[in-house]
Amino acid sequence: MAKAAESSGEPGTTSPRPLFAGLSDISISQDIPVEGEITIPMRSHIREFDSSTLNESVQNTIMRDLKAVGKKFMHVLYPRKSNTLLRDWDLWGPLILCVTLALMLQRSSVDSEKDGGPQFAEVFVIVWFGAVTITLNSKLLGGNISFFQSLCVLGYCILPLTVAMLVCRLVLLAEQGPINFMVRLFVVIVMFTWSIVASTAFLADSQPPNRKALAIYPVFLFYFVISWMILTFTPQ
Amino acid sequence: MEPLDPLGLVSLYLLLSGYLYTDLSHPTKEGGKENSTISNAETRFVCVYFILVSYEVYLFFLFRPLQNFFLIIGRRPAGWMAAVGDLQFEEFGNAAATAAENPGATTISIEGPGESPAHQAGLPRGSGGEEDDELLGNDDSDKTELLAGQKKSSPFWTFEYYQTFFDVDTYQVFDRIKGSLLPIPGKNFVRLYIRSNPDLYGPFWICATLVFAIAISGNLSNFLIHLGEKTYHYVPEFRKVSIAATIIYAYAWLVPLALWGFLMWRNSKVMNIVSYSFLEIVCVYGYSLFIYIPTAVLWIIPQKAVRWILVMIALGVSGSVLAMTFWPAVREDNRRIALATIVTIVLLHTLLSVGCLAYFFDAPEMDHLPTATAAPNQTVAAAKAR
Repeated sequence: MAKAAESSGEPGTTSPRPLFAGLSDISISQDIPVEGEITIPMRSHIREFDSSTLNESVQNTIMRDLKAVGKKFMHVLYPRKSNTLLRDWDLWGPLILCVTLALMLQRSSVDSEKDGGPQFAEVFVIVWFGAVTITLNSKLLGGNISFFQSLCVLGYCILPLTVAMLVCRLVLLAEQGPINFMVRLFVVIVMFTWSIVASTAFLADSQPPNRKALAIYPVFLFYFVISWMILTFTPQ
Repeated sequence: MEPLDPLGLVSLYLLLSGYLYTDLSHPTKEGGKENSTISNAETRFVCVYFILVSYEVYLFFLFRPLQNFFLIIGRRPAGWMAAVGDLQFEEFGNAAATAAENPGATTISIEGPGESPAHQAGLPRGSGGEEDDELLGNDDSDKTELLAGQKKSSPFWTFEYYQTFFDVDTYQVFDRIKGSLLPIPGKNFVRLYIRSNPDLYGPFWICATLVFAIAISGNLSNFLIHLGEKTYHYVPEFRKVSIAATIIYAYAWLVPLALWGFLMWRNSKVMNIVSYSFLEIVCVYGYSLFIYIPTAVLWIIPQKAVRWILVMIALGVSGSVLAMTFWPAVREDNRRIALATIVTIVLLHTLLSVGCLAYFFDAPEMDHLPTATAAPNQTVAAAKAR
């Protein structure tokens, strides 16, 4: 290698000969062994990751996933512009939240009249099909977010509304009346705004700038419908 | 085609009278024998009737307009229909007549790569419409043809094909909504705002918003009306959301489909200057429903007079948008058919708004009368005074 550098360097310094003209004269002798080590920085990390998840205990696996989900919950509760939700997306959090919300919102089996609150399946379908529709809408408008990333963000941003549901449930244990309703209305409005702000913080950047409002409006409608279902929830 | 029509009518008449004769000679009794005879006759009648009606439908509605259907579809999204487009030039009497009238006619056809060159040099496909547009001095027609051909050139199984239907910016959507709220006489909504860029964003999300607006407002209004009654237990009435969704999406998609089919059928009989594609009609209907969103919210007010005034205003605005859009498309036709079309369009719109008002919103005064006792009367007075 050193020979090649010298012979190709010489023509440039001595006389105006074309570059690399001397390359044809180079011969690499057979008895210089070429050996070395190629190290890829990530590789050792991946190797030990692969082998260790097979052997680790179940508790480790579950705790790792739970910690990932918990970290994303924190990101939703304190929305900053960060890429964590988008980069390592997972659908565990949305599933947990959706099931919790649907369980709490469903009509109780005692009250079996036709026109009541939504059933479990109705809430589930609204949440998931609403999220899919919004994702399709933003992709059709030309956004560069992937399908599951968008589902992940929309699902995680239901967290404030789930908290609102829990608070409403607790408030409904007290006596009914206009004050009760005002408290619930206030809580739901605050959490609704929080959801919108959180999801906008994550989703807005992926849209083309002249279509941001078109992509954000369905998110607003989605969370509005869920807030309405939470607000009009009556027990018994 | 025309001489076969009396044949169909006569056959139907004979069948109908045969059925009636069977019915008259074996009147309905509770005996099982008569029932089985009548059911045999009914079955025979229904089978033959079905065959004849299908034949008539095929003759009148499918044969000619189906050609036009392929023609129109083949003009815009050029990808997958290019193969079917090979079939469409076999029998096209109107185009041949137009070609005979205007031998020097040139047409510009922008198609996908699947089109064979023979067809591009061949019959002036749909040239009557384009030339008449030029005669009217409408410069948009050539440009719109070019633009339409260039834009929607992906095959329909790719994602990009559907992205062309969402190719609108925020200000364009706002402009279209504004145009649907302020119908200016003489200005066509399609020509002015859509300009051969029909989008599906507006119709879909306006319908979704309208569904939830009607369901939520209906629920709120019923709650406020029945507020003082002791026997009233508030229910969120979630089932009404699905009913509202079915009604509104069916209206926003099936009525444009029927109207488009009808316009295509009339186009085959009378050469119209203006013709709309299916998506443009869907677009007009979708945006014309926007006025009902604030109307639905205002319907919460539990006064009959207020509600009916709102119905009138909303119907006036959206009905005039629709009428002014479709009047140029049926103007050249038979006077009575043109008027009947416009009247039908406005009538269906009226039916939608009045039906939604009647189904989702309880009547304000009537519910107070049966529960006329002391306490609800006072709360009724308080509610009315509010």
